[in-house]
Amino acid sequence: MRDTLTLPPWNIDNLILARFNEAAKNGVYSLQEFFELAGKAFRFIFARPFYGGDTVQQMDEIGVKSLGIVLLTGFFTGMVLALQTSVQLQTFGATQYVGRLIAASMIRELGPVMAGLMVAGRVGSGIAAQLGSMRVTEQIDALNTLGTDPIKKLVTPRLLAALIMLPVLTIINDFAGILGGNVIAKLYVGIPTAAYWRTVFEQMVAGGFTFRYIPNDLIHGLVKPFVFGGIIALTGCHYGLKTTGGTEGVGVATTRTVVTASILILVVDYFITQILLAFLGS
Amino acid sequence: MSDEDDRRAKDRRDPQAPEKGSMPRRAGDSHRVRAAIRDELETLAEAKSDEPAPTPGEGRDPARTVIALENVSLGFDQPILEDVSFSAKGGETIVVVGESGTGKSTILKLLLRLLVPDKGRVCIDGDNITDLTFNEALEVRQKMGMVFQGAALFDSMTVFENIAYPLREHTKLTDDEIEERVREKLSFVDLEPEKVMDQMPAELSGGMRKRVGVARGMANNPEIMLYDEPTSGLDPLTTGTITYLILKLQRELGVTSVVVSHDIRSSFRMASKIALLAEKRIAFFGTPEEMTGSDDKYIREFLGGF
Repeated sequence: MRDTLTLPPWNIDNLILARFNEAAKNGVYSLQEFFELAGKAFRFIFARPFYGGDTVQQMDEIGVKSLGIVLLTGFFTGMVLALQTSVQLQTFGATQYVGRLIAASMIRELGPVMAGLMVAGRVGSGIAAQLGSMRVTEQIDALNTLGTDPIKKLVTPRLLAALIMLPVLTIINDFAGILGGNVIAKLYVGIPTAAYWRTVFEQMVAGGFTFRYIPNDLIHGLVKPFVFGGIIALTGCHYGLKTTGGTEGVGVATTRTVVTASILILVVDYFITQILLAFLGS
Repeated sequence: MSDEDDRRAKDRRDPQAPEKGSMPRRAGDSHRVRAAIRDELETLAEAKSDEPAPTPGEGRDPARTVIALENVSLGFDQPILEDVSFSAKGGETIVVVGESGTGKSTILKLLLRLLVPDKGRVCIDGDNITDLTFNEALEVRQKMGMVFQGAALFDSMTVFENIAYPLREHTKLTDDEIEERVREKLSFVDLEPEKVMDQMPAELSGGMRKRVGVARGMANNPEIMLYDEPTSGLDPLTTGTITYLILKLQRELGVTSVVVSHDIRSSFRMASKIALLAEKRIAFFGTPEEMTGSDDKYIREFLGGF
């Protein structure tokens, strides 16, 4: 499938071309593998046998154990947002809008993206390292030999857990952020807590509703982490499962996972926003 | 690659199984147990030389071809195997020997259909397994038990869970029956169920891990056992125990086995037939007696190297 081009070695142009050719082929091949993995992993969500126990265990691993970092980062992001926006708004005498600004940016953008990036670092790397070392120590082959599809046993539970837990983490992150903003708004800017929360809800209403009752802000804020969850789990599994080259390879897989997942999260975030804005109108 | 070289160097440094009486003194029980095992091994080896054809276990048919590779070729960037053929009848043990990097382990992966040959056929129980779908392949693999080089125990599970894994996956046995089966298999590989069942693989020694690997491989009572370098990286005594285990499986249960090894000494003890891989091809396929009797230059050189 991936035969190297045989070209005269003295021709520098051809050498560069050959290298580019090789890199492009590998890239496309890797992409194809990624989508094959993703397709299978999603299909197996609905196919027997189900590994419920593994899924619950992964939900604990991905969700519950990420709670600490998500709360902490959310809280401080909210605090620094309150500080910065209050300074800017002061020039217009509009400091009472701090709550609206924080709510809008946390729920729509920062909550999902921050949670996504933090989980990519914590969980994505963990998945890649675990599956990578299982590959290197032949445990993946052992699973195959014992008549279990490794994708069904290892990838699908992780995917499902990430799809479920990322939106939950995001809501917690949003709340921690708005709470952090609340503390700073009260202590530094002098906005009473009640007034702060009123502006927060005003913002959620101002964004408009879908199906009459669901605030558009929330749709923005919950579609994204769902997609990010898929990205994190699948990137980690993809790089983990195709690890080669011993323990060093495990390190490479881990690094690649974190880098690729983080970039994908930021890029995909833009496009989801664009699409959602086009559909929801605000 | 360097990993492989390391292993080779290590194997060369290790003295082969010591002669009787020259055994290193070790504390208490384990020493006596090992001596007993070694004696038994020798009796087995002697019994083996008396009767050339191994006795099959219940229901195993020595006339039936269980495993067959027919003109198999495989290559990735470079060819690895070319036109490789051999077969094993019920209850036979085929030992595949050869220098490192000649594609010995690849043969096991072909048999398990973890790899598909470019050309040729791989038959298990007379059925061609090369064109199977992924799910059909998972089913065929249940006829086989594999013991990996590094044992490949799942390190997130206890020893019990490791051995119970294939049973829980593919049988409808109750928890009690599974526990009974796990105990039986652990006793078969000379481990005390009470002691090791709740331990994690990381807490075990290399030899114990291998034995748990054997127990897991045979948990489903497979007709075929595959071993990848079962004795590499083990001390001579443990090598003896593992060799004894493989023989025991063959004798008592009539299991057909394929062993990949570069430990020529233990290979001769186990083998019904030996396949020598060289230059991507089978350079020799026959009984150990035929091999020692051969005057082919490469074979002489290969045997002399050990």
